[in-house]
Amino acid sequence: MLESYLLKKLQKKKILLMTHIVLGYPSFEDSFRIIETMVNAGVDLMELQIPFSEPVADGPVILRANQKSLAGGVTVKQCFDLAERVAGSFDIPFLFMSYYNILFKYGADRFAKKMSEIGLYGAIVPDLPPEEGGVYLKAMQKNQLAPIFIFSPTTPDERLKYLDSFGDGFVYCVARKGVTGADTNFSKDLNSYLARCRKATKLPLALGFGVKEQKDIDFLKGKVDIAVIGSETIRLIDDKGVGVVGEFIKSLKI
Amino acid sequence: MINRGYYDGFGGAFLPEILVATFDELDSVFTQAKKEPAFWEKYKDIMSDYSCRPTPLTFAENLTRHFGGARIYIKREDLNHTGAHKANNVMGQGLLVKRMGKTRVIAETGAGQHGVATATMAARFGFKCTIYMGEVDMMRQRPNVFWMERLGAEVIPVLDGTRILKDAINEAFRDWVTNMDTTHYVLGTACGPHPFPEMVSFFQSIIGKEARNQILEKEGRLPARVYACVGGGSNALGIFQGFLDDPVELVGVEAGGLGLDSGRHASRLSSKDASIGIAQGYKTYFLQDNDGQMRETHSVAAGLDYVGVSPILAQLKEKGRVRFESATDREVVDALSLAMKKEGLIPALESAHAFAQAFKEAPHLSKEYIIIINQSGRGDKDIFTIADAFNDSAWQEFIKGKAEEYNA
Ligand SMILES: Cc1ncc(COP(=O)(O)O)c(C=O)c1O
Repeated sequence: MLESYLLKKLQKKKILLMTHIVLGYPSFEDSFRIIETMVNAGVDLMELQIPFSEPVADGPVILRANQKSLAGGVTVKQCFDLAERVAGSFDIPFLFMSYYNILFKYGADRFAKKMSEIGLYGAIVPDLPPEEGGVYLKAMQKNQLAPIFIFSPTTPDERLKYLDSFGDGFVYCVARKGVTGADTNFSKDLNSYLARCRKATKLPLALGFGVKEQKDIDFLKGKVDIAVIGSETIRLIDDKGVGVVGEFIKSLKI
Repeated sequence: MINRGYYDGFGGAFLPEILVATFDELDSVFTQAKKEPAFWEKYKDIMSDYSCRPTPLTFAENLTRHFGGARIYIKREDLNHTGAHKANNVMGQGLLVKRMGKTRVIAETGAGQHGVATATMAARFGFKCTIYMGEVDMMRQRPNVFWMERLGAEVIPVLDGTRILKDAINEAFRDWVTNMDTTHYVLGTACGPHPFPEMVSFFQSIIGKEARNQILEKEGRLPARVYACVGGGSNALGIFQGFLDDPVELVGVEAGGLGLDSGRHASRLSSKDASIGIAQGYKTYFLQDNDGQMRETHSVAAGLDYVGVSPILAQLKEKGRVRFESATDREVVDALSLAMKKEGLIPALESAHAFAQAFKEAPHLSKEYIIIINQSGRGDKDIFTIADAFNDSAWQEFIKGKAEEYNA
């Protein structure tokens, strides 16, 4: 479902834009407004992070957004409620992003069913390799949801293929070693890594970690199908408020 | 699909993709080393040359007389170089770091003992060293921060989350995913993704192997019970492994904090407050809410207030092989006081949990019985906390005087 949606979009656009927000940060009303602004500014798909107390793959900006959201009393139920509202209001695919304990405690089966009921397209769970994901993978498949898997620069070719055999929708390539939020060197190294990724899968490729300005997107055009902006929009919101996100997204020439 | 490192459903390796290759390397180096008898011999040699092994098994004659019950023996892990059982694990991992050809180590620390041990190992092997420590723990365990820095390590305060042990683990993982080419993460306890639980328990098993031989030599028979405190569970698994196949009752003692009803404790296996979850790379009992968010924990001992617990102990609990109890902060301070007065021993606040439980039970056991308490570490590091607990006015005067000196 997600893959065919993306392929159709890619006939009209060279590269798609995916953004990321932490639900309930700074508040649920703000989350809704940010999503609305992003959709109106032309974002093609979005990952909605359900905050977790131990977000090990996230850098300081997203980590703190998780913590502040939780300190405000955010629950998984509220996240589902907002996701339902936005999926019903806006015509782009929404994905959940979270850590596996959130799904595990909810029941991976129940979680996937609920995702499908409210109209989400898939999920990104960075601490769940396919080796540990049996229950989750089955549940996602049953509900026609895309489990997005992650390729990293340290992943050997053979394992890229292995990961591809479980993935659906698209593949999320992390641009470098490390956590979210630090700078990435968009250089030759990235080219050869992306070529390896391309060879390993027929699914659309997304690239995230360090994408934050026009020249990053220009670099990625023709190499990947989706550019992912994560920490940068949260940083903008922290520095200048919710209002500026729309202008920022609109200013990007996709 | 291959599921590695499971103990009846607990454990596993829930890793971000970026670390999978690093764990594969670590797993294969460890598996290879473990197969070589020469590796264990080399490890034992280093521990005896450098860290005072075998540590003694001390008969606590006065405490035995005081309680009038079981004969009490104490395994003296406090006599390891750097003052705790943590040395066993870090020296072992240090040997593996050399095999992998890495040049930098990082570690998390709560009580500071694991940090000091890692900094010491790094100095000895010539590795660069960074230690992550929650800001709250840095305040509680300031003497150990001083030692880590003097030993050449960089100590980075962790200001996120609850600013204690679990948060230091997260920060160490964040460092590792960036620097895994040169860096090994020396995890300090038998938790985390496979192969850490197995690897840390393997190195710590030296405690139990020695203790079993020593008690047979001294008494010609096995103990009835063995007591150890449980933070992540490394010292407990270390001593328990010597007796797993014997008819010996094993007792793990968790932090009861202000009491199991107070909500302010760190008892995962001895309270009803914990449930099964997956965090920090492995599946075990965690103190968490219904959504799966980790809760705040509390203990007078910085090394025991961890939200998770070794998957191997979770298995042993389900199997009924280990009994889990908890001791409150108050009971712990009282037990520490008694151990000092009666035996001249100064167990760490962590270790004093094992003492507290053993003291509750010893009087009710017949004189025929032997019990062993694992004194996982020494209490010097706790001087500020213990002085506070005893409201020691002479100490307070001294600190005030020192402060004035620095202000002058
Ligand atoms: C002396 C001492 N004992 C026990 C512990 C708890 O850890 P574990 O349960 O892994 O032995 C610590 C941890 O810092 C410690 O310093």
